[in-house]
Amino acid sequence: MAGQEQQQPQSRDTEVDEDVPAAPPAPGDAQASAATQGVDDLLDEIDGVLESNAEEFVRAFVQKGGQ
Amino acid sequence: MTAVVPGKPADTSGGLPVGGAMRVMGSETEYGIHAPSAPGANATMMSARVIQAYAQVTRQRAAGGAETRWDYTDEEPLHDARGWTLERSSADPEQLTDQPPVLDAEAIALAYGRQELEADGEDESGTLLMNMVLGNGARLYVDHAHPEYSSPEVTSPRAAVTWDAAGDLVALAAVRRLAADPDLPPVNLYKNNTDNKSVSYGSHENYLMPRSVPFGEIVRGLTPFFVTRQIICGAGRVGLGQDSARAGYQISQRADFFETEVGLETTIRRPIINTRDEPHATADKYRRLHVIIGDANLSQASNFLKFGTTAMVLSLIEAGLAPRIEVHEPVAALQAVSHDTSLTALLRLGDGRRITALDLQWIYLEAASKHAQDTGVADAVDGDGHTHEVLERWAATLSELGSDRAAAASSVEWLAKLSLLEGYRQRDGLGWDNARLGLVDLQWADIRPEKGLYYRLLARDRMQRIVDDAAIARAVTEPPSDTRAYFRGRCVSRFGADLAGASWDSVIFDVPGRGRLQRVPTREPLRGTEALTGGLFARHREAGTFLAELLGLSPGS
Repeated sequence: MAGQEQQQPQSRDTEVDEDVPAAPPAPGDAQASAATQGVDDLLDEIDGVLESNAEEFVRAFVQKGGQ
Repeated sequence: MTAVVPGKPADTSGGLPVGGAMRVMGSETEYGIHAPSAPGANATMMSARVIQAYAQVTRQRAAGGAETRWDYTDEEPLHDARGWTLERSSADPEQLTDQPPVLDAEAIALAYGRQELEADGEDESGTLLMNMVLGNGARLYVDHAHPEYSSPEVTSPRAAVTWDAAGDLVALAAVRRLAADPDLPPVNLYKNNTDNKSVSYGSHENYLMPRSVPFGEIVRGLTPFFVTRQIICGAGRVGLGQDSARAGYQISQRADFFETEVGLETTIRRPIINTRDEPHATADKYRRLHVIIGDANLSQASNFLKFGTTAMVLSLIEAGLAPRIEVHEPVAALQAVSHDTSLTALLRLGDGRRITALDLQWIYLEAASKHAQDTGVADAVDGDGHTHEVLERWAATLSELGSDRAAAASSVEWLAKLSLLEGYRQRDGLGWDNARLGLVDLQWADIRPEKGLYYRLLARDRMQRIVDDAAIARAVTEPPSDTRAYFRGRCVSRFGADLAGASWDSVIFDVPGRGRLQRVPTREPLRGTEALTGGLFARHREAGTFLAELLGLSPGS
């Protein structure tokens, strides 16, 4: 979707006028960017879920023997 | 009268299609347990509270007590050659109380009654229930210092995933109950296998096999497979070494805790192949292969492949068709595979070749695929309905692990966890020794959907589902229909108040008006199904008449 928008004639003309490379971002880049955004959203959500004081919480998780 | 199909003595498949992924199997999960607000709390006591909390939940649910004591005598060899007794409809009731000449708690109970059983000291925990049999046919109990859920017996990898995941909902219901109790500290449960401080606890699998297969063949066929299986079903772990002394990430939760190739122990010097031999079934026909090397899986796809591929490799071994491969120094190889997230490490074989873990899995897949095609069970239309999917997923996962790891991250648990950890490492510049990464690893396995990071990914559809949520919810209360777990679970749900105990291979009734306890042996895992006993449950609402028809007693006797 993002790639299509950037191929609109008007924006391409502007880019040409400014002598900036006209090639739109490759679809792979757009996907990678969307994936990065997804990971960022996910990490933001998980930041809010993680127990506070990681060091103390992890240290206190002590188990007795098991099979 | 019930439809009764006499068993064929020599047939150990019980009518299940042979050659593929179907067989009698089940899971055991020991949960990590932690009360953050009560750091010094006794782990066994806390575990007992978990069981007790679930007993309160089921009491509410059934209003009549859908729980039953575990009958410990099953843990002893009874040398009882009797099979399932449905076809012995004319059996003399005295025959059914015949006991081996062993004075155990069960024998005492059968001879004298419930009061003596309880006075026998079996229940010293007082009001704290340590053991339950659930309406879905599972066992919930305190094992060592952990709550453990042992799933009912099922016949397919898909059902194994379903009833294993149901155990996580059972554990969740107990956690919720404790959280709502103002007098007790909240308890967290984790579906993982180590505290990263040198302690490990298990997630076991059980597979029924014909006893006629030589154990040496099982060891030879399974060891190379178990050394490498973790690349498709490892759960991932932050930290290297039993006590995580070295920073890093590895594929398996369990690999660093294994120290020998074959052995009986499960808590010390853990072996790749465990030789415990409690068949919980007719012992001269069956072996229960007790697999202790697996990681507890939250990822349904990893869990599905764990059960499915292992069941198929056992079919290969039974047919004498397992790949003739020997891995040099398997314990060291197991750990080398676990520590190599690039999947490029070379394993040395007995014949001098060097191949990767992926190569070795392909070899097993190709052998299993050929055997399943030759036996017909792999056919998408006319097959057994399960093997085709196992083969497809196995091949797709190995392909992705080789060339598209991003795609594999939605199914392979260690990769899913790794991609989350890498996100943190990149965003925040964290080293592998950072406690925040350790917390992500731990909290990945928190069974509460709002706290567990696996569940956060599942909610975003970043993890694949094999079974829909409704089927898992049903499996919390419903037993599988096609094994003896159906009989056990239905007895618990329907006649819980009239049961004195139950175990894998028996259900013991204590019916008012009858002088002594009535033990119904269930030593054939594929009897006691809905097809065989559904009618019996439909005809009887009361335990007395139910038992009378089952055992061929006259109602008033």
